[in-house]
Amino acid sequence: MAVTTSSPPGRLNGFLYRPEVRQAIYQVLLLAAAAYVAYWVVNNVADNLRRQNVASGFDFLGRTAGFDVSQSLIAYSNASTYGRAFWVGLLNTLLVAALGIVAATVLGFIVGIARLSSNWLVARLATAYVEIVRNLPLLLQLFFWYFAVLKNLPAPRQSHVLPGGAFLNVRGLYLPAPVPQPGFAAVAIAVGLSLLLMAGLWAWSWRRQHLTGQRFPVLGPALLILVALPLAVFFAAGSPLSLSYPELRGFNFQGGIAVQPELMALLLGLSIYTASFIAEIVRAGILGVPKGQTEAAQALGLSNAQTLRLVVIPQALRIIIPPLTSQYLNLTKNSSLAVAIGYPDFVSVFTGTVLNQTGQAVEVILMTMGVFLALSLATSVFMNWFNRRMALVER
Amino acid sequence: MTHLARAVVWCAAALIAMPGVASAQQRTLDSVKQRGQLVCGVNVGLAGFSAQDDKGVWTGLDADYCRAIAAAVLGDGNKVRYVATTTKERFTALQSRELDVLARNTTWTLQRDSAQGLSFIGVNYYDGQGFIVKKSANVKSAKELAGATVCVQSGTTTELNLADFFRSNKLEYKTLVFEKSDEALKAYQADRCDSYTTDVSGLYSVRLQMAKPADHVVLPDIISKEPLGPAVRQDDGQWFTIVKWVHFALLNAEEAGVTKANVDQMLNSQVPDVRRLLGKEGDFGKGLGLDNDWAYRIIKHVGNYGEIFDRHVGPDSRLNIPRGRNALYTQGGLHYAPPIR
Repeated sequence: MAVTTSSPPGRLNGFLYRPEVRQAIYQVLLLAAAAYVAYWVVNNVADNLRRQNVASGFDFLGRTAGFDVSQSLIAYSNASTYGRAFWVGLLNTLLVAALGIVAATVLGFIVGIARLSSNWLVARLATAYVEIVRNLPLLLQLFFWYFAVLKNLPAPRQSHVLPGGAFLNVRGLYLPAPVPQPGFAAVAIAVGLSLLLMAGLWAWSWRRQHLTGQRFPVLGPALLILVALPLAVFFAAGSPLSLSYPELRGFNFQGGIAVQPELMALLLGLSIYTASFIAEIVRAGILGVPKGQTEAAQALGLSNAQTLRLVVIPQALRIIIPPLTSQYLNLTKNSSLAVAIGYPDFVSVFTGTVLNQTGQAVEVILMTMGVFLALSLATSVFMNWFNRRMALVER
Repeated sequence: MTHLARAVVWCAAALIAMPGVASAQQRTLDSVKQRGQLVCGVNVGLAGFSAQDDKGVWTGLDADYCRAIAAAVLGDGNKVRYVATTTKERFTALQSRELDVLARNTTWTLQRDSAQGLSFIGVNYYDGQGFIVKKSANVKSAKELAGATVCVQSGTTTELNLADFFRSNKLEYKTLVFEKSDEALKAYQADRCDSYTTDVSGLYSVRLQMAKPADHVVLPDIISKEPLGPAVRQDDGQWFTIVKWVHFALLNAEEAGVTKANVDQMLNSQVPDVRRLLGKEGDFGKGLGLDNDWAYRIIKHVGNYGEIFDRHVGPDSRLNIPRGRNALYTQGGLHYAPPIR
């Protein structure tokens, strides 16, 4: 340690003993160690793969996939690339996660409030739901829903005919698909315009209440604008929208929009399962608002509905949102169980088929982990922002 | 030296001294002998190839290949640890040295032979992909499957052949991919799919598992070449040669008429081919790194290829698949082994 001995006695030691210097040195050391370990791992893996003659790198994303996927939100065929298959799987996962989060939230809030109902039967039913559903493994429930759904639906030729030209059979739910005709752009513009108007109305009424204390019933007029304006334009433009109806041809229905039973079963399973947890979170949130708040609101003459809407729920939300975020993350991650029931989610398409056809396990698994990390972090960021908005602003 | 300075030195030393790439790996033959056990990757459950019977014993064509290798290398066909692998896991398990050999009705393709660090030692079953449909659908040929939904297991060449077949015949279809064949079959039985597709040998085995096998037909069309065979890692030439010649010994034994029952009498045979096979003449075992009785032990333990075939997939089994392309070349089949000399 030539440096230590050749420097003036005490000066270097004094420098090294300054807390901020020591801290910085430790941080740099730790960082260097971590970077070295990461470098070593990557290098070692690449070296081993090379020695075993296993292909590596990300070139495979540009190669032709050669397999088909049963549901795709973007154009995809077996002549598309592995990179395209990546997006097909990702979008399918996003679809199921987004729909599942909405359904689970709605159902969870209803059940959570029902658990607090003064009606004995409603409260007990809600309790039974929560206790049964959240105590059974999700995979089991998915199998139950999938095969229960399949067993109860008729073959294509004996389809249930639903009103409006829709059909339901074991192959899925077939809905008429809207096909925009020339002139539909005007309707789209009208919808945009009415949304803007609604926002303006809401802002105006908020300002008015703020300044004068007078309330304006926003809901009715807003809905009127939202429905009436686009409808008027729609008919004025001569109904520029036609429907393409599903028809039975050969083995199955063709045309229209097809909703696979796999998607239905996965959505049912995921949202029913997650809703049971959300219900408990909602119940805890509502019970977490002190009773004095309700009593005070009633003393001010607010109705029961107003008490709930203006006093209890805003305060309960502050308790509900953080654990709710975890449930959303769980739902997104649990959607990877789709692979068991044949829904082409990200794990099924990418980590299943693509991994197997290319044999590039390291790259594919890394990308999969990256995707789920990104999805979860994005959800967290959004929910944290929402939480900050809802949190008590202390002055 | 101060505390901190010492810590710095230690960390630096540790970082520099950290080992680079792990040291050279042991040869597979040595590690199998040392372990006293062969680790063999097999199918989770496919009747005729590898499936556990009611006593937990693995039986089937592929399972007997594991036994044959263990008999040749370790002298005892029972010294095998079977590892059930899914289609997804199989290659990674072999690459990462968890398995010594993968005998799991796996199709030999260029991609797998070149880019996955594997070497297929040969073909122990010539298969092809087909379709099974319900009799009630009244379909006579795969070309009548336009618009059909087909259930398939993920991670197989099957998925690609399926797409190729429908694309080249310009037919519309839907595919439904399941991770396990069990669920794919359940979906097929629940009428979610019109057809289930896999290698024909698998279709026969699957048909037996159905509640009413007579209600399902295997279509005559074969849409692909599926040469199934055991695979080993590419980086061990000696091991590759051993496993390859275990396979050839089974075929040569059938050709020479050496069976499990007569192998002891055959030791006294004067036919040169038989004498070389059973180690009475020449030093062939030594070249493999084994002893000269290697092939004798294989036959003693599992019989020749024809016996294995008959026992598990042929006339003595419930599958009752005709020998067809899997007969020896002398009987009009494709199996042909280089001579032992």
